Amino acid sequence: MEWETVIGLEIHAQLATHSKIFSAASTAYGAEANTQACAIDLGMPGMLPVLNAEAVRMAVKLGLATGSEITRRSVFARKNYFYPDLPKGYQISQFELPIVGPGTLEIELKDGTRKQVGITRAHLEEDAGKSLHEDFHGMSGIDLNRAGTPLIEIVSEPDMRSAAEAIAYMKKIHTLVRYLEICDGNMQEGSFRCDANVSIRPVGAAEFGTRTELKNINSFRFVERAINYEVERQIDVLESGGTVTQETRLYDTDKNETRPMRSKEEANDYRYFPDPDLLPVELDEDYIQAIADTLPELPDPKRERFQQEYDLSAYDAGVLSASRELADFYEATVAAAKGTAKLTANWVMGELAGVLNKQSLDIGASRISPEQLGGLVLRIEDNTISGKIAKEVFEAMWSEQQDADTIIEARGLRQITDTGAIESLIDEVIEAHPKQTEQYRGGAEKLLGFFVGQVMKRSQGKANPGMVNKVLRDKLGGS
Amino acid sequence: MHKASVAELSAALKARKFSSEELVRAHLARIHAQDSELNSFVTVTETEALAAASHADKLIAAGEASPLTGIPLAHKDIFCTRGVRTSCGSKMLDNFVPPYNATVVDKIADAGMVVLGKTNMDEFAMGSSNENSYYGPVRNPWDTKRVPGGSSGGSAAAVAARMTPLATCTDTGGSIRQPASLCGITGIKPTYGRVSRYGMVAFASSLDQGGIMGRSAEDAAWLLGVMAGFDPKDSTSVDRPVDDYVGGLNQSIEGLTIGLPREHFGEGLDPEVGAVVEAAIREYEKLGATIKDIDLPNSPLSVPAYYVVAPAECSSNLSRFDGVRYGYRAQHPKDLQDLYTRSRGEAFGEEVQRRIMVGTYALSTGYYDAYYLKAQKIRRLISDDFRQAFSEVDVIMGPTSPTTAFPLGERTDDPITMYLSDIYTIGVNLAGLTGISIPAGFAGGLPVGLQIIGNYFEEARILSVAHRYQQVTDWHTKAPADAGSQT
Repeated sequence: MEWETVIGLEIHAQLATHSKIFSAASTAYGAEANTQACAIDLGMPGMLPVLNAEAVRMAVKLGLATGSEITRRSVFARKNYFYPDLPKGYQISQFELPIVGPGTLEIELKDGTRKQVGITRAHLEEDAGKSLHEDFHGMSGIDLNRAGTPLIEIVSEPDMRSAAEAIAYMKKIHTLVRYLEICDGNMQEGSFRCDANVSIRPVGAAEFGTRTELKNINSFRFVERAINYEVERQIDVLESGGTVTQETRLYDTDKNETRPMRSKEEANDYRYFPDPDLLPVELDEDYIQAIADTLPELPDPKRERFQQEYDLSAYDAGVLSASRELADFYEATVAAAKGTAKLTANWVMGELAGVLNKQSLDIGASRISPEQLGGLVLRIEDNTISGKIAKEVFEAMWSEQQDADTIIEARGLRQITDTGAIESLIDEVIEAHPKQTEQYRGGAEKLLGFFVGQVMKRSQGKANPGMVNKVLRDKLGGS
Repeated sequence: MHKASVAELSAALKARKFSSEELVRAHLARIHAQDSELNSFVTVTETEALAAASHADKLIAAGEASPLTGIPLAHKDIFCTRGVRTSCGSKMLDNFVPPYNATVVDKIADAGMVVLGKTNMDEFAMGSSNENSYYGPVRNPWDTKRVPGGSSGGSAAAVAARMTPLATCTDTGGSIRQPASLCGITGIKPTYGRVSRYGMVAFASSLDQGGIMGRSAEDAAWLLGVMAGFDPKDSTSVDRPVDDYVGGLNQSIEGLTIGLPREHFGEGLDPEVGAVVEAAIREYEKLGATIKDIDLPNSPLSVPAYYVVAPAECSSNLSRFDGVRYGYRAQHPKDLQDLYTRSRGEAFGEEVQRRIMVGTYALSTGYYDAYYLKAQKIRRLISDDFRQAFSEVDVIMGPTSPTTAFPLGERTDDPITMYLSDIYTIGVNLAGLTGISIPAGFAGGLPVGLQIIGNYFEEARILSVAHRYQQVTDWHTKAPADAGSQT
């Protein structure tokens, strides 16, 4: 039987606020356990939540950027369950009235086909703390630094039909939240993670199959592997006459398999009800419009603009607009290079990306500024240096953090364009290679390359190759 | 000293007739003499009180005192006090010393007042008789075989026995007004949102409101001016100016329209209590008020609606008491489940457990719509009843409680009868209005309270209406014989 995969994702993005969603404690990552949890985060008696306005603003940005409805009156609710790292015995979340309503996101697959994925909703909630089971001699340690960290949970419709589509969607959201500067997107630190709802059904079937929920996957690669494993597992189950159980499963990255979580953990009736400690969040048109006015240019429009304005290929435009920082860097470089867009694109995606990649640096940590790189491109463009010399200049710029011009002058790398100087170089070469000269003049024109090479070598690469060619032909004469 | 009004105390302190330290010592002496019998204090903070009094004396001497500087009061043990155990009447918090102050506690400290101690209460403010305290029942100073009412029974008994001129307290369904009524004192529950809930241990968040007990409306007005106001740390507190409660006390009754809800004078009301209340209303007529019968048709639904909403919220609010971070923790738990069930089972009293069970049930899948949602709809209807009433009348009056103080133990096995002691007060909480109970006389030798209900944020009005009555009557000056001297 042919099977169709059906996937829906729940993405949890940690909002990049300085303080927690309901308290003034810091959200900074990596502090000593329990040093960033105040009385509110600890669920002390009499403590009350106060909503962080910045978290609301960020949620609205996401809603606007995904073309979703912004709920004018959203409500925080309590999700009640007992767990040691959940200090109040309930998580403050949104249930019936989330802040962001339905929307759609267009994704693009590797083969260039585009697809609309529905966003069901996105809601604000607080994160729980962490339970630590190692190093406590059979007991558990609780770290509440993360408790109360703001999250936005973005729930998709079950619109994806393959792991590849799921990854494309997840990457798209990942790009978007970083563009909007509402999430740092750091997956290793858990700032961006997802649950995948996976089911299969016979191709052509109208009904969905029974789904399983794969919990807390924190890399694109693992999402792909987990989904693929789970799809194979479900096919095996169904084809051997069994039934898929609706359950929550954990993806084990070491074994590359999914397995059920303890059923006890899901036997919860969360008893949602509106949190009486918080007023409904009421947003008016002016507030929403003010946020809309500050939205940055988003990835899709930016990519299209790059193609048109800079005459880039779809691929180049896509790479350069993949992050807001890279796109900004590129545009600043083009400006410094007085509009030399294509050559700039090659340098940003080539040499610069290469060295950043090699040293595992973000574009923000580049040792060469856009102004400096633009200066280098200018010197290539006006023939001050050749592309080959430019690579040498680039390396020096990176290590010495100097302008291209400073390095070109200090090292005497300026290209030789003086006809007299080139003629005398050529004369020297002809004189040094009488045999080859004779052969060339006898019709072996392919030797021209040899002569060009010799001249370039003698000029230490600085002679203008075009001029060398022209003068050589003149001097060698021949046919 | 212990019979003087707050205004008299303030003037005497300013005139140096006696010092704050002398005043505080006099009240501490009355606590020592009476409280082993009454049990109204869980903690007496004698050392801290004397230090605060001596500081207050310095402020007074330096001319830096506010009107309430140096005047003693007691806090209900539901308000978190930094460095002083805050038990909420529960074994669960018997060892809990908060590292922070409630906003109310801070404001009162800023005014220079002196805290004598923390008063006894029904566990987590759940009860109408103060018999649900881990620290034992409080006794009514008028008859120590009877209850003081609850949940703020400790505050009520302490004020009635003249152990403190003022006390803080909280009211979720009547927990200020009912014990004030049963102990013959004045108790005001402000409008929901008028007084910050920050640092006040939550029972039912949408109903809880901090307030004041004192011997007169005038005394309460002084303290309300200090306690009321917007608090950015409490999202449900309301950002609007605080009225001049003391300055507004002398408004005339002439032309005031008083509504009498028929539902508050019907079946279940002790006839002697009813007679006292009717006499008080006639007094208002003499002062120039117009009396009008009104209907609050949905008020019979207030008790059932309340006993869904309040337990639902409490079941969630009390989840934090899990034995993990603070409070009581069961010995040698064998696993996590055991830690939870035994910590909570061993430390919560019967009434608290009952309400957690009821609330958990009401919020469960399949029951939510039938109970919680329906109760919220009824709550809206009850609010609408009051809205309608206040379009016709200025204040609403009636008995605070259907009976006078009942004997200890009489209703402990009968929760329904116990719940009905709050039948006239609960609607005010469900609607979020303000209400005050003032002494209006005696029935069978026991105090009877008159409840005056005001529209939203009309604390100034009900205080002045109460004050006018207290200027022409002396019920509020009646004190019980000192405990320990009774035979």
